Amino acid sequence: MSLRIVVTVKYVPDATGDRHFADDLTVDRDDVDGLLSELDEYAVEQALQIAEDADDAEITVLTVGPEDAKDALRKALSMGADKAIHVEDDDLHGTDVIGTSLVLAKAIEKAGYDLVISGMASTDGTAGVVPALLAERLGVPQVTLLSEVSVEDGVVKGRRDGDTASEQLEASLPAVVSVTDQSGEARYPSFKGIMAAKKKPVESWDLEDLEIEADEVGLEGAWTKVDSATERPARTAGTIVKDEGEGGKQLAEFLAGQKFI
Amino acid sequence: MAEVLVYVDHVDGAVRKPTLELLTLARRIGEPVAVALGSGAENTAAALAEHGAVKVLTHDAAEYADYLVVPKVDALQAAVEAVSPAAVLVPSSAEGKEIAARLAVRIGSGIITDAVDLEAGDEGPVATQSAFAASFTTKSRVSKGTPVITVKPNSAAVEAAPAAGAVEALSVSFSEQATGTKVTARTPRESTGRPELTEAAIVVSGGRGVNGAENFSIIEALADSLGAAVGASRAAVDAGWYPHTNQVGQTGKSVSPQLYIASGISGAIQHRAGMQTSKTIVAINKDAEAPIFDLVDYGVVGDLFDVVPQLTEEIKTRKG
Repeated sequence: MSLRIVVTVKYVPDATGDRHFADDLTVDRDDVDGLLSELDEYAVEQALQIAEDADDAEITVLTVGPEDAKDALRKALSMGADKAIHVEDDDLHGTDVIGTSLVLAKAIEKAGYDLVISGMASTDGTAGVVPALLAERLGVPQVTLLSEVSVEDGVVKGRRDGDTASEQLEASLPAVVSVTDQSGEARYPSFKGIMAAKKKPVESWDLEDLEIEADEVGLEGAWTKVDSATERPARTAGTIVKDEGEGGKQLAEFLAGQKFI
Repeated sequence: MAEVLVYVDHVDGAVRKPTLELLTLARRIGEPVAVALGSGAENTAAALAEHGAVKVLTHDAAEYADYLVVPKVDALQAAVEAVSPAAVLVPSSAEGKEIAARLAVRIGSGIITDAVDLEAGDEGPVATQSAFAASFTTKSRVSKGTPVITVKPNSAAVEAAPAAGAVEALSVSFSEQATGTKVTARTPRESTGRPELTEAAIVVSGGRGVNGAENFSIIEALADSLGAAVGASRAAVDAGWYPHTNQVGQTGKSVSPQLYIASGISGAIQHRAGMQTSKTIVAINKDAEAPIFDLVDYGVVGDLFDVVPQLTEEIKTRKG
């Protein structure tokens, strides 16, 4: 029986762009180019490797986001995923992390799954809690923040490198996995992959398809409220010296003046 | 006064510093009630009492060590039900955030992650967060349910505030999901004898310019002269020169020390995201155009192999 893998991905504003907030204090998506969150590429990569090792597997990439979020799906498809689901609905604007996990969980259940793979965090919100939230909502094991992952005989195993220890984890499928940027370099889409991606199916679902009420999500339905967003003042220009042989001593003098020595 | 639950991060009863910082923040909102789980939980009480915990709820069971995250969520949920707190505060470690997130769904609450400050407000606690690689500061609050907030290390000072700290046994029954993910082996990190990266007052980091694993010894020597933690940029970690656990940046640790010294680090957005909120920033780099110099209080344009050893020697001399 085919191993059904769902990879959750996010379309984010380019971190190297001039990111800022819109008037309603949501992430401004109009003025900065968007792309597939870099950390989700690692999730797609691990899904592809697990699928290659399985006898029979199918990878679905799933995103929740505005129209442009299709770009993120296309990128994942060009890397080698088989099909895509785009959850898009005007009422989703401003949805917070709890709401997002609700939408993703309903979509994952509707799609059908044995294994969910996510990145460790998005590069815009950076909370890193969606995988744990999905495991909670789906009622399946959470096997998260893995630097190494493998699936064999219906069991997922992996290594989680924590602050105080490195742990080996094991759980039965179905399960939710998240992988770190240490899990293995993500492949670049090949020309063939890019061409093939254009023919791969992308389904669009809205809130009604997922039987979610509009007031459960969006800015009004959010479980949190942002009251203000202030640009951090630029740091005042410091002293820059060129090392003419005494640079280390000059620096020591500065540090002593600041009472660090 | 309303009670505020504080989840205790400890290693065999030794309370980690970020938890003591949480007690400082919790006292701004109400009376801290600590929740300590697992082996040595009862031994946390003295330190927690000294820093303001009026009660310490404890529970030990093999499940906390043998299975991932969920047993702790079950226990924290039991504590929420027993106490009906005004808020739940959890240290922003990887595990802390996961525990907090699952708890929030269970109790029908919103969650705020990675707060860097917290104050009481008319409509509940107001959390300050850094956004977009610390180029923005936001103020947010949880608008549904009991606020669940995770707080980053170094967000508040540790303050002595003696309180009763009475130990009470917490009654916990584990859910069906508790044993879903088994921890089959655990290898503790080897101690380097240096401070924990996220908790250190001074961090000395090396990047691409260090040019080799063996050269990190000069970064370590500088760190040791200052009693600092050692960090590394993603470039240095990806090259295999230094362990990922020491990576500072978006996909590594984010640090906010009193002093940050960047050596051979250009200052890409990925790195800035993890260190931009440091109080004083110093950089040493060959390239005068490196973006890191936009952030510094003091910068030296020069070869780190000349500047860093000279700095280390000078510090040692001055310290005698």
